[in-house]
Amino acid sequence: MAIDPRPHTPILDVCDLAISYETRRGDVPAVRGVSFDIQRSKTLGVVGESGCGKSTIAFGIVNFLGRNGKIVKGNILFQGQDLVSRSEGELRKIRGDRIAMVYQDPMQALNPSMRIGDQMSEVLTVHRGLEKKAAEEKCIQMLERVYMPDAANVMRRYPHQISGGQQQRVVIAMALLNDPALLIMDEPTTALDVTVEAAVLDLIAGLQKDFDTAIMYITHNLGVVARVSDKVAVMYAGEMVERAEVADVFLRPLHPYTQGLLRCVPRLGQDKSSSYLYPIPGRVPSPANLPPGCVFEPRCSYARAECRQKRPDLRQVAPSHVTRCLFAEEIAQAEWKPPAERELAHTLATKAALKDAVPILRVEHAQMYYQAPSRQLIGGPKQYVKAVDDVSLDVKRGRTLGIVGESGCGKSTLAKTVIGLEVATGGKLEFMGMDIATPVAKRDLELVKNLQMVFQNPDSTLNPSFNVGTQIGRSLRLFKVVPSNQVRDEVIRLLDMMKLGERYYDRLPRQLSGGEKQRVGIARAIAGRPELVLCDEPVSALDVSVQAAVLNLLLEIQQELGTTMVFIAHDLSVVRFFCDTIAVMYLGQVVEIGPAEAIYAPPYHPYTEALLSAVPIPDPRAEQKHIRLSGTVPSALNPPSGCHFHTRCPRKFGEICEKELPPWQDVAPGHRIFCHIPLAELRKVEAVVTLKA
Amino acid sequence: MTVTATPRVPSTGTTSGPHEARPNALRRAWDSFAIIFRSRVAVIGLAIVVFWVLVAIFAPLIAPLDPLKQDSKAILQGPSSTYLLGTDKLGRDILSRLIYGARTILLLAPIAVLLSVFVGTCLGLTGGYFGGLIDEIVMRILDAIMAFPTILLYLIIISAIGSSAINVVLAITFVGAPGVARLVRSLTLDIRTRDYIRAAETRGENPLYIMFVEILPNARGPLIIDSMLRVGYAIFSIGTLGFLGLGLPAPTPDWGGMINEARRYIWTSPLGVLWPALAVSSLVVGLSLFADGLREESTRYQ
Repeated sequence: MAIDPRPHTPILDVCDLAISYETRRGDVPAVRGVSFDIQRSKTLGVVGESGCGKSTIAFGIVNFLGRNGKIVKGNILFQGQDLVSRSEGELRKIRGDRIAMVYQDPMQALNPSMRIGDQMSEVLTVHRGLEKKAAEEKCIQMLERVYMPDAANVMRRYPHQISGGQQQRVVIAMALLNDPALLIMDEPTTALDVTVEAAVLDLIAGLQKDFDTAIMYITHNLGVVARVSDKVAVMYAGEMVERAEVADVFLRPLHPYTQGLLRCVPRLGQDKSSSYLYPIPGRVPSPANLPPGCVFEPRCSYARAECRQKRPDLRQVAPSHVTRCLFAEEIAQAEWKPPAERELAHTLATKAALKDAVPILRVEHAQMYYQAPSRQLIGGPKQYVKAVDDVSLDVKRGRTLGIVGESGCGKSTLAKTVIGLEVATGGKLEFMGMDIATPVAKRDLELVKNLQMVFQNPDSTLNPSFNVGTQIGRSLRLFKVVPSNQVRDEVIRLLDMMKLGERYYDRLPRQLSGGEKQRVGIARAIAGRPELVLCDEPVSALDVSVQAAVLNLLLEIQQELGTTMVFIAHDLSVVRFFCDTIAVMYLGQVVEIGPAEAIYAPPYHPYTEALLSAVPIPDPRAEQKHIRLSGTVPSALNPPSGCHFHTRCPRKFGEICEKELPPWQDVAPGHRIFCHIPLAELRKVEAVVTLKA
Repeated sequence: MTVTATPRVPSTGTTSGPHEARPNALRRAWDSFAIIFRSRVAVIGLAIVVFWVLVAIFAPLIAPLDPLKQDSKAILQGPSSTYLLGTDKLGRDILSRLIYGARTILLLAPIAVLLSVFVGTCLGLTGGYFGGLIDEIVMRILDAIMAFPTILLYLIIISAIGSSAINVVLAITFVGAPGVARLVRSLTLDIRTRDYIRAAETRGENPLYIMFVEILPNARGPLIIDSMLRVGYAIFSIGTLGFLGLGLPAPTPDWGGMINEARRYIWTSPLGVLWPALAVSSLVVGLSLFADGLREESTRYQ
C-alpha cells in the first residue's frame, strides 16, 4: 500500500457540497451544505430517512450523478486532491481504484452468468495485470479475510448458488481487492436478515483494523449506525443537520431532528406500557419545495420566528460537534416534555383488565407442507417443503401476539393459513370456536369479516386504479357494516380515525406517501370491525418517523376497539415494544413462546439468544454478547432431524439434539422453551444486552 | 430567552400532500390522455387516424360521386376533373370508393379488435389468475391456434363459414384472440402477486370480481396500446382478405378488394392500385405511430 506522505490529511474531505438535478421545472437541489471528513481507518455513518440525499452524496463523490446531476458548489478532496470540476480521465487517474463502493443489493453488483472466481480475479488481471493463477490465489486469500467459509469452493460457484450474506461478502471482498483508501457502503445490510447482518457488520468493523480503510457508511437504521460508526452525520431534506461522535449523537443530540428521530425508535427493552413513541409531525419537504428558512422548521417543536426567516449554517457547538440549528445551546438545556401521559395510563389500565382474557385464536399442531416437484420424471419419493411444522399457540382476546424469526422461518405462511389464503395440511386451527382449516373462499361472511389482514408493502397494498374512499368502502359494503347510504360517512370516520381526514377520500394511491398508504390499508382491514387483525410486517418498509406514527395508530385502534392482533416482524425492538406475547420461530417451528418481557430475559432458547445478540440497538452504550450463528438456515425441504436448530446451535447439548425432538419446557405459566438443555442450565445464562454506565 | 419545549401535535405523522385530487373523473381521463401531446410521433399518428375517421363519418358529404355508380364511358381512366383520382375497370370513381371504403374498414376493424380483446381478456384472466390445470389447457389450445400461419387460418375459416362482413370479423377475432390472451395472462401473472389481490381474497371476494375489478383495470395501459396496434393489423387483415377475394361481397367499396380488382391493370393504370394501397398503409402507419408514441410517453416516468 502506498504510504500517504501527510498522515494527518483526511482520506476524504468534503466541504460545503451542493448537488442539483436538472429537471423540466428547473434545477432541483438534492444536496446542499454538506461538509465532513473521514480519517484513515475511521467510519462515518451517514443517517437519515429516505429521500434525504444520502446516496446522492455518495454518487457525487464517485461522479455517478447521471446526465442531469451536477455538483454546483463545494469541494471534494480525496487524499488532498480536489475531485470537483475535473474531466473524466483526470478523475480516473486521481481516484485510480482507490474508491470502492458497495451497494444494497449484492445480486446487482455480481454478474449472474460468471463464476465468482472469474469475476473476482478479473478485477486483478485487468486492473493490475496479474497472472490468472496469481490473481485467483489472491482472491481466495481475500475471501478468507472476509471470513467466507470454504473460500476455494465458493470461487467455482455462480452468485445464485450462495446465500445473500455470502454474496455481500463477495462484493465486499471484491471492493477490497484493489486496496481502496475509501470504501463507500450504501445500505449494505438492509436486505439481509438480522443474524446475517450482524456478521457482515462484524466484518465491516474488522476491515478498519485489517485494511486501514476509511469507510463512509450510509444507512437509515439507527441501530446499525450506532454499531459501526465512529462519527455520525445526520441528513435531513438534503442538508447535513448534525455531525458528531457517535455517542454524542445518540446521548446528547443537539438538533431537533436528531432528537425526534431517536424518540421514534423503541429502544430494545421498552414496551408500550412503559413508554411511548413520539413521531415527528409532518413529512419531509420535497427538494423542489424547500422552506425558505430552516428546512426542519415546519416540523420542529422548538421553531420560532427567526427559524422561518434565516437559513441556519452548520456551526460548531462543542468540540467535534456541529449542528445546523440557531438555538442548539438552548435546546440542549431545555427538558423535552413528552406530551402524552394520558394515553400511557390508558394502556396500563387496559393491560390489567386483560390479565385473564380468553383465547380467541387457537392453533394446535398446525402443519403446512408443500409438495416439492419430484426430481425424477416418473415416480420417485414425494418430498415436502415443511414451511410450518407442528406449531401450537393461542392468542387471547384483545392481546397482541408477535411472531419473530428470520426470512423463511414460516411466519408468513402461518399467517396465510390462519387467514385462509393457504389451507393447513394438518393440525387444528380454531378461531372464536369455529374451525378455520378452510380456504377463505369457503368461509362464511361472518368469519371472513372478523379475520382481516394488514400487508407489508405499502406500494402494493392498495389497488392503484381506485381511490381511497372506494377501496375502504368496498369492505363496508361487502360486510354490510352500515347501510349503503351511510358508507361514505363511515369511510370518512375511518379516515379521521387514521388521522387522514376527508380530503383523502378521492385520492388515488399514487398521490399518497408510504405511511399514508399503510394507514389506508389499516383502515380497510378494520372497516369490518374484525376481532383479529393479522399484521404482516406492517411497518418494516417505512421510515422510522412514519413507523412510529403507524405503530401508535395500531395501538390506538387496539385500545379503542379491543382488536386482537397478530404482529409479524423481524425487528425485535418493535416487536418487544408492541406485543404482549412473542413467539420465536425457526425453520417452521416455534422454539420459544412467552410474555414479551420474558423472551428478552434469560432463560433463553439458544436461537432467541443468538437473535438478541444480533439485533442492532440504537444506543452506543448497549453491550451485547457476541454470538454468531455459523452456516446458513437449512432448507425446509429436508429439515435437520431432531431439533431443527442443532446444526447451528452454539449451545448444542449432545447427540440427543440430532436424534430426538426436544421437549417443551415450561419456564413460567405461558413461557415455554423448545430445547433439550435442562432449564436449570438455561437459567444460568446471563442477559444478552446490558447497558454500559 | 428560554426555549419552551412542547411538541406541537403528537402522532400526526402526515399533513396534506402536494396533490389535491379533484373528484372529476372526466378531468382525470383527460389528463392521462393529454400525455400524447408531449410526443410528436403520437400527435402525427393521431392526426392521420382522426383524418380517416372524419372521412368515414362524413363520407356522404365528402364523396363527389356515388361509389357504386358505373360509368361505361370512362373505364380505367387517369385523374380528371370529374374523377379526381381516376376510375376503375367498371368506371366507378376511385375517390368516392376510397372515401366509402374508409367507412367499411373503420367499422369492421375496431369491432373485430374489440371482440378479440374481449375473448382474449377473458381467457387470459382466467388462465393467469387460476393457474394450474385450467391455465395449461387454455394456453395449449391457444398455442395450437397461434402455430398456424395467419393467412392459412383466414383461408380455412372463411372458406368454411363463407365470406361476409360478419364472418370477416369473426375470423379476425379468432386469429387475434390468442395474442391478446397471452398478453393479458402475463400481465395477470404479475398483478395477481400484489398485496391488494391478497386483500381482496381475504375479504372473500369472488374470483370474477377479483379478475375484472381488481386485476383488469391495472392491465389497461398495455392492453389499450396493444389494441391500437391490433386495429392496424386488423385493417391489414381485412385488406388481405379483400385482396384474396375472401373479404366483403362484390359491390361494397373495400380497399383490399379495390387493390385486387386493379391488380390486373397495374401496367396500364398503376394509379388504381396505388390509391387504395396508400390509404391502407397511411391508416396503419398512423395507428402504429399513435400507439408507439403513447407507449413511450406512458412508460417514460415509471
